[in-house]
Amino acid sequence: MRTLIFILISSLSSTQAFAGVKIEHWTAPTGAKVYFIETHVLPILDVQIDFAGGGAFVPAAKAGLAGLTRGLLDAGAADMDEEKIAGRLVDIGARLGGGADSDRASISLRTLTTQPEREAALDLMRTVLSAPTFPQAVLEREKGRTIASIREAETRPDAIAGKRFAAAIYPDHPYGVSPTVDSVSAITRDDLVAFHRRHYGANGAVVSIIGDVSRAEAEAIARRLTEALPPGGAELVPPPVRKPQRAMIRIPHPAAQSHVHVGLPAISRSDPDYFPLLVGNYTLGGGGFVSRLMKEVREKRGYAYSVHSYFAPRKLEGPFEIGLQTKREQVDAALKVVDEVLTDYMAKGPTPQELAAAKKNMVDGLALRMDSNAKLLGYLSAIGFYGLPLTYLDDFPARVKAVTAEQVKAAFARHVKPENLVTVVVAAD
Amino acid sequence: MKPLLASIFLLACAVAPAPTLANPFETKLANGLRVIVKEDRRAPTAVHMVWYRAGSMDEKDGTSGVAHALEHLMFKGTRNLKSGEFNKRVAEAGGRDNAFTSRDYTAYFQIVPKGALPEMMQLEGDRMANLKLEPKEFAAEIKVVMEERRLRTDDNPTSLVHEALNSAMFQAHPYRRPIIGWMDDLEHMTWQDARAWYRAWYAPNNAYVVVVGDVDHREVFRLAQKYYGAHKSQILPERKPQNEPEQAGIRRVSVKAPAKLPYLAMAWKTPKLRDVQQDRDPYALEVLAAVLDGHDASRFSKNLVRGSRVAQSAGAGYDGTLRGEASFTLDGQPAEGKTIADLEAALRAELKRVQDEGVSAEELARVKTQSIAAQIYKRDSLMAQAMEIGGLEAAGVSWRDIDVLLEKLKSVTAEEVQAVAKKYFKDDTLTIAVLDPQPLENSKPKKPSGAVRH
Repeated sequence: MRTLIFILISSLSSTQAFAGVKIEHWTAPTGAKVYFIETHVLPILDVQIDFAGGGAFVPAAKAGLAGLTRGLLDAGAADMDEEKIAGRLVDIGARLGGGADSDRASISLRTLTTQPEREAALDLMRTVLSAPTFPQAVLEREKGRTIASIREAETRPDAIAGKRFAAAIYPDHPYGVSPTVDSVSAITRDDLVAFHRRHYGANGAVVSIIGDVSRAEAEAIARRLTEALPPGGAELVPPPVRKPQRAMIRIPHPAAQSHVHVGLPAISRSDPDYFPLLVGNYTLGGGGFVSRLMKEVREKRGYAYSVHSYFAPRKLEGPFEIGLQTKREQVDAALKVVDEVLTDYMAKGPTPQELAAAKKNMVDGLALRMDSNAKLLGYLSAIGFYGLPLTYLDDFPARVKAVTAEQVKAAFARHVKPENLVTVVVAAD
Repeated sequence: MKPLLASIFLLACAVAPAPTLANPFETKLANGLRVIVKEDRRAPTAVHMVWYRAGSMDEKDGTSGVAHALEHLMFKGTRNLKSGEFNKRVAEAGGRDNAFTSRDYTAYFQIVPKGALPEMMQLEGDRMANLKLEPKEFAAEIKVVMEERRLRTDDNPTSLVHEALNSAMFQAHPYRRPIIGWMDDLEHMTWQDARAWYRAWYAPNNAYVVVVGDVDHREVFRLAQKYYGAHKSQILPERKPQNEPEQAGIRRVSVKAPAKLPYLAMAWKTPKLRDVQQDRDPYALEVLAAVLDGHDASRFSKNLVRGSRVAQSAGAGYDGTLRGEASFTLDGQPAEGKTIADLEAALRAELKRVQDEGVSAEELARVKTQSIAAQIYKRDSLMAQAMEIGGLEAAGVSWRDIDVLLEKLKSVTAEEVQAVAKKYFKDDTLTIAVLDPQPLENSKPKKPSGAVRH
């Protein structure tokens, strides 16, 4: 083992693994799009596969289907039951992760690259992806657990606020739908089988790979993981988003704090205003302790522990949201401050100093966002799934630096219109 | 199974830092400040942490929460820096920063591009000695802390249960107090309380610095001397042992709160790790927790959630590396249609099975595989590595023993696991706390609380 020790340690101490990240991209013979970063510093491999299989593709009457389908992939596959799958993963020290959000269903694997662990882990991933059995008994159990979680969430002010906000800003759209006791009860095994067949296709799958493998090995891995999948069809896009009318929704709850969401559907991941809004939001409420909302709501007045704003672009218009929690007696005062901060920012945009500070943080801080395989895997999958340029990370500093205060103001005016702003307050007096 | 395990073990040896390389590196300044540096050149970034060995366990009744409140105030001004300037400087360097308070310690960190490390050390060095506490800043910030308590505890039924569990389990030991502090103590806290805390505990000889990243340790040592070296060491307040008297009889508490699912937590008093080399039971307890709930194929997941379906969720936890007193906790939510009593019986039955039948070789092997893999995966995160070093040091365990801890864990036998299961899980040292869920419509908002200051 001496030689290996020597090699590993010298690479640990001398390699700049991430200076100038090189992303390789190709299409596998199966039709899957592959994104790959080769890095041999650590003896680990991360793989993620994303499908257009999120909640946006489920009818409201079956809300919860995307999550259950993804969740039950490892509940039985080929000739293995769930205990066997769980046991095998544990025996080789590998981890399966992932889940379903609005747009995506994801499955991720982290494994050691020693053999036979690596091969065993990839075999397992291939099997659960391609040959899930969705056992009826497990489905019934997991439906029961999901329903119990929903009932529990219906008592929690944060969960109530989050669901109500989504429903209010996305009227009649799947982005606004949350699973209910009824919708989960209505889900059948046939639904899971059909959803898997339709949404877990090789054609349209995005395979992201980073770690201690060569390009040739990565090609083989991508092919092997996707060749037994259903073929997949045309690209799937959720129905168009309709903007909501301005509204104030107050929901009673006995909590000590009111939970507040203010926002609307804003931009898709491919919107040309992405960078102006990303940079602009840093000053408004995205920049942690240095943001205007944090200064006015928390630092000056002590109204809240946490206050933030964000844009969460999706395949279609994802939400812009301002959120905070405050002692229920002072929620109207806190809302007034939020309104003043937002109105002022919309009217004037960032000051030159604020804009410069935002850019400096985002440009200099880019290194922090890509200093681990896990973080880079996140970028790979976003680049792949949302069709961003391969040079996204390389271009990032220049794109950020190019943003002007006028662009920020114009982008906010286009996408954060007061007539569409919805406010949800849970635990209001 | 054998070949699989063998190769993982070899890998662990290969990736573990060889002693001859001496990475991490440690030095101690003349004022007592220790500096620990781990060079990891994967990316041009660095984590800088300062840990103070002062946490909620060092507080006195009446000022519970002051350790955490001071953590908030450390981001206000110093004699050299305006209020809010600290965060601004970190942000402009492209970094991010925060802090956290535990029962045992208070820690501050910045994650930055490596070029910003000297500035971060300057900033931390400054606030170690020069904090300027102002009544007006305190008045606004203590309200923020009260909001944090409302968010994390008052409106969070599970947190309320744990608060009740700790204060029932410990009567003499300071672990009985919540880290965030009782609301009444927060309402009556003064800026002088915070100042007294800062003066008592924030000294170089009660702190250590941990740096992990793309750095040269000699350069970091030099910077540490420059930015921290001038601070004087000071005599620290006496720390009384406050040992908990032996518990003689089961204790039960319940908490009513708006919720749907009940929740149960059971905690037994257990020994903690005192001697890394000689102790055996703490390692065996750690393995026991992992056999019950360490991974997806563990007994609780397999038997209670998937098998008998008595539990919506079930967990087991043991932390033996701490300054105060250790406990072993089982917790969970009963599945719909099951009761707290059903879940308690099921958790006890799982313990009894270990007591009667022990654990299998396969289960032991799995725990070992998991801990080795986790150790390798940890190297993908600078922060995780810094946290590991800092957390152990807070408990008085040297980073030099990280590999020993892993070796000891691997050496635990099935007999030892069975023995600790028999030895420590007696009702006389057990405390049980339950959540008694209340329908929303029956719950009234709590009366306004929190002092109004202007």
